[in-house]
Amino acid sequence: MFELDTWQEILDTVRKNKLRTFLTGFSVAWGILMLIVLLGSGQGLSRGVEYGFRDDATNAIWMRSGQTSVPWKGLRPGRNVQFKNEDYDVIREGVKGVEHITSRYFIRGTLTVAWHGETSSFDVRAVHPDHQHLEKSIVTEGRFLNPTDVDEHRKVAVIGERVKAQLFKGAPAIGEYLEIKGVPFQVVGVFTDIGGEGEQEKIYVPISTAQRAYGGANNVAMIMMTVGDASVDESQAIATDLRLRIAERHDFDPDDKRAVFISNAVVEFQRFVDLMGGIRLFVWVIGVGTLLAGVVGVSNIMMIAVKERTKEIGIRKAVGATPFSVMSLILKEAILVTGVAGYVGLVAGVALLELMSRSLADAEMFRNPEVDFGVAVSATVLLVVAGGVAGFFPARKAAAIRPVEALRDE
Amino acid sequence: MEGSGDAMIRLSRLNKSYPMGSSKLHVLKGIDLSIAPGELVAIMGASGSGKSTLLNVLGLLDGYDDGDYHLDGVRIGQMSETKAAGLRASLLGFVFQSFNLIPFKTAVENVALPLYYQEVPRRKRNKLAEEYLDRVGLADRAGHLPRELSGGQQQRVAIARALISSPKVILADEPTGALDSQTSLEVMEVLRQINATGVTLLIVTHEREVAARTRRVIRLRDGRIEGDGPPETAFGPASFAPAVLAQASPAPLAATPPA
Repeated sequence: MFELDTWQEILDTVRKNKLRTFLTGFSVAWGILMLIVLLGSGQGLSRGVEYGFRDDATNAIWMRSGQTSVPWKGLRPGRNVQFKNEDYDVIREGVKGVEHITSRYFIRGTLTVAWHGETSSFDVRAVHPDHQHLEKSIVTEGRFLNPTDVDEHRKVAVIGERVKAQLFKGAPAIGEYLEIKGVPFQVVGVFTDIGGEGEQEKIYVPISTAQRAYGGANNVAMIMMTVGDASVDESQAIATDLRLRIAERHDFDPDDKRAVFISNAVVEFQRFVDLMGGIRLFVWVIGVGTLLAGVVGVSNIMMIAVKERTKEIGIRKAVGATPFSVMSLILKEAILVTGVAGYVGLVAGVALLELMSRSLADAEMFRNPEVDFGVAVSATVLLVVAGGVAGFFPARKAAAIRPVEALRDE
Repeated sequence: MEGSGDAMIRLSRLNKSYPMGSSKLHVLKGIDLSIAPGELVAIMGASGSGKSTLLNVLGLLDGYDDGDYHLDGVRIGQMSETKAAGLRASLLGFVFQSFNLIPFKTAVENVALPLYYQEVPRRKRNKLAEEYLDRVGLADRAGHLPRELSGGQQQRVAIARALISSPKVILADEPTGALDSQTSLEVMEVLRQINATGVTLLIVTHEREVAARTRRVIRLRDGRIEGDGPPETAFGPASFAPAVLAQASPAPLAATPPA
């Protein structure tokens, strides 16, 4: 067979049977389109969830004090629990599995920050140097806080990039003095944070300095730590350990959930990992279903097409077509149509995803829907093969048609 | 028995039956027949006489149960579809009652189709197809689709298609069955011209008018050959005026497709 001539014959047949070609092609293209959109959306959803965790360490445990709610050892309920610097020390020295640890002190009142007459108000966080690991702050100029800053109560500050932009308006900030609530702090570093603009409008100062400058005594509002690559169970063991130690130091029932609030990001993160796994599984189940429906649709149309062509096949055989040439004609046509349609569906699906991605750019839980190219191509190939297989049986049947039967008059 | 060397078609004791549920319908009952090259033969018979079956067997479109069939000196036994297709392509041309043109192909493409299966390059086969269309007087209709042609024109396209592979035998199954009498005569004229070039021509028909224009009439009845001879002896001399024959041809029969 001269290949070119065969393909010309096939193209001719395809061109002159537009409806049949369209129906076959449409079911394939639609199947692929749906699959791509589905897989892409699943990916977008899972990326959205991941994005929610981008800001903070996913292996962090945050501890906040509360109020006792049950009597304990003759003490009445309703007492405020107040963390102290000693709590931080005890945890840092005593609790196994803690990787980075910081405490945070909240400065009371409005925090006006001034530089050369520019005044604004920003959130000032008084923390330990390890805070950098918990917030995933990225230092872009100078340095972050260090232990010496805390030990020596240095009046130094690390400012977010948006603080720098708003106060310094392009002027160099390192070495300059800011007045925070009337107390001068020297800027030693600038940081950025992928958590967004809000996170870049923060100022970090050493906790010891803030406690002394703003009358905080040795009070601490929160203690946060990371637990390395601890498993869910290990992180829960650490949380239990924390609860027991704090309960002992502050005289409350270790089972009193209101006396201290511990949030364990490892558990939270695991929950989201499970959720993402669930979403992925769901998407695949639906995707395989869609693909199956496509396969059935294509097979159906191929069967009908061959039946419809019985007479044509009879004529072809009467003028000398061999069974093989009849079969190859039908199969090649099936592969051509499903292949081209599959490609069209692929391109349309990717375009639709792109469109979704743009129009949903601000959505928190849906980001960058994208489909794995390999998966998309294999799905298309699968459907083309399915079209071929679906075409094979009717084609074989067609090839076996005796011309007499095919040509028997109406 | 004649020698197998000089006969184009030779059948001996050929039997053919179709399964009909649990029983069998015996259609051809021991046919003996010899047709020389270049003959112009009509096969006649009532509905159910087996004439279309005979043509299908002759055309390798259907098999047979026992007996012998030699085509151009080759014994046709049980053979694969592929081999039958090859023999059909090289030896035989077909003309059908319902024309059987591929509806989405133009006249010239329909005529060229047999050459596609003989792997003749497109340009060459289309040129040849135009020549053959010209021979049947349809050069100006080359680009038309079958539905844009009249019945007689469609049949002439089908004849050109049967001719293009230079077959030794053309088998025509009721070639005029779907045409009016005037067009039938035109088509017969084309067929006679073809026969004059040396092609063996077998026409299955139930129209005396058509059979009268051949040189040998074989009459079938209930699967057996009832008569075999020139048309004059087949109908008697009185039946020659075509106008009379046209009326004599019973209308309901003409509308009934052959069994």
